[in-house]
Amino acid sequence: MSERHVGLTRDEMAQRCALDIPDGAYVNLGIGIPERVAAFLPAGREVIYHTENGLLGMGPPPRPGAGDPELINAGKQQVTANPGAAYFHHADSFAMIRGGHLDVCVLGALQVAQSGDLANWSTGAPDAIPAVGGAMDLVAGVKTVYVITQHTTRDGEAKLVESCTYPLTGLGVVDRIYTDLAVIDVVDGGFQVVELSPGVSFAYAQERTAAELIPHE
Amino acid sequence: MINKQVASVAEAVADVFDGATVMIGGFGEAGSPIELIHALIDQGATDLTVVNNNTGSGEVGLAALIKAGRVSKMICSYPRSTNSTVFPDKYRSGHTALELVPQGTLAERIRAGGAGIPAFYTPTAVGTPLGEGLERRTFDGRDYLLVHGLTADFAFIRARAADRHGNVVYSKTARNYGPVMAMAARTTIVQATAVVDVGELDPEIIVTPGIFVQRVVEVADPAHESELIAAGVSYP
Repeated sequence: MSERHVGLTRDEMAQRCALDIPDGAYVNLGIGIPERVAAFLPAGREVIYHTENGLLGMGPPPRPGAGDPELINAGKQQVTANPGAAYFHHADSFAMIRGGHLDVCVLGALQVAQSGDLANWSTGAPDAIPAVGGAMDLVAGVKTVYVITQHTTRDGEAKLVESCTYPLTGLGVVDRIYTDLAVIDVVDGGFQVVELSPGVSFAYAQERTAAELIPHE
Repeated sequence: MINKQVASVAEAVADVFDGATVMIGGFGEAGSPIELIHALIDQGATDLTVVNNNTGSGEVGLAALIKAGRVSKMICSYPRSTNSTVFPDKYRSGHTALELVPQGTLAERIRAGGAGIPAFYTPTAVGTPLGEGLERRTFDGRDYLLVHGLTADFAFIRARAADRHGNVVYSKTARNYGPVMAMAARTTIVQATAVVDVGELDPEIIVTPGIFVQRVVEVADPAHESELIAAGVSYP
């Protein structure tokens, strides 16, 4: 467990990702750590959050007791609508996604392959009820796909791999990965390290990756 | 005179037949037409194919319909819920089949069905298990999959307001699948919190024009799924 203290916390990963969200972007944040990105957007940037169930201009959760069961996000949590928000139906919402109108989405991952393949919807366990939601549409349509994930599973298995063993969400779709250990771009040659987290050596990150990392510089 | 308003939810769903395909609006509890679903449970139709994003929560609404054994097939994108084992039990026992569809593909299949388009190509799910067996074609160097439009015998929709012509406005994110399901069903039934006089709804803000709606019923104080579940309600 002490190894978890090396590298970034979940919030620090979200904070690092937030630095890369440009001013003026239309952004979809997945459930879990990706949702935290909104809390760390640098001051002075105006970003419009899309939630695929039908809202652009999603705001923070409501004050306790002030929520509306008919105003929720894709995780089915109650949210608010910012001034300038718009509601729309599901086919329009996914036209925004599939049609390439959204600038950035941030998703979680079970595995990312060095080709940019993403697996994040199913472990393929035979007794599991399969459920996919909007993940396959997001990776097929959004211009830039970021992934935030722990570098390894709780059991220490690498999540950055040569090729995914779990069922795929999309082929060659991931642009950049933010882990507790590093920021990594998916480039033609594989996993390009952009930066290592404080106190993390290249060798340490490489040992925990089941594919070759390309060193920074 | 056109008057699509009916007096009760029981009357609204009276002709749903065994084996019908029913589109049910809602994403989670937002937009779930609970009173129409409960009326359908009372009415008794069975062997239904139901199209919804999810499979319901607790033991009310859609989950109660599934629990009552009335649903032989679900077409949905996310049949998982933190507070219900109704669908998993029916799925594992083989009583209720599942057609899993990516959420955006589901919405567009419904829209296409309502728009008279039998099939279309989409980039979603290429190279994934959900794309297996589908016809593939390349346009401008990118691969796409052929998927079919969806239509239904009935659609159940929850709205904020409607008029006797069937014009509809929705509430916030409860709109979700309502407008496209209204287009795709031969008989679209809307439960509205208020049925207002013709002319009261501003034509500029009507979301679903009345041509897509066959029946309107007023449910002045509709239940919210989460509140029923918190109160321990199990329907019937």
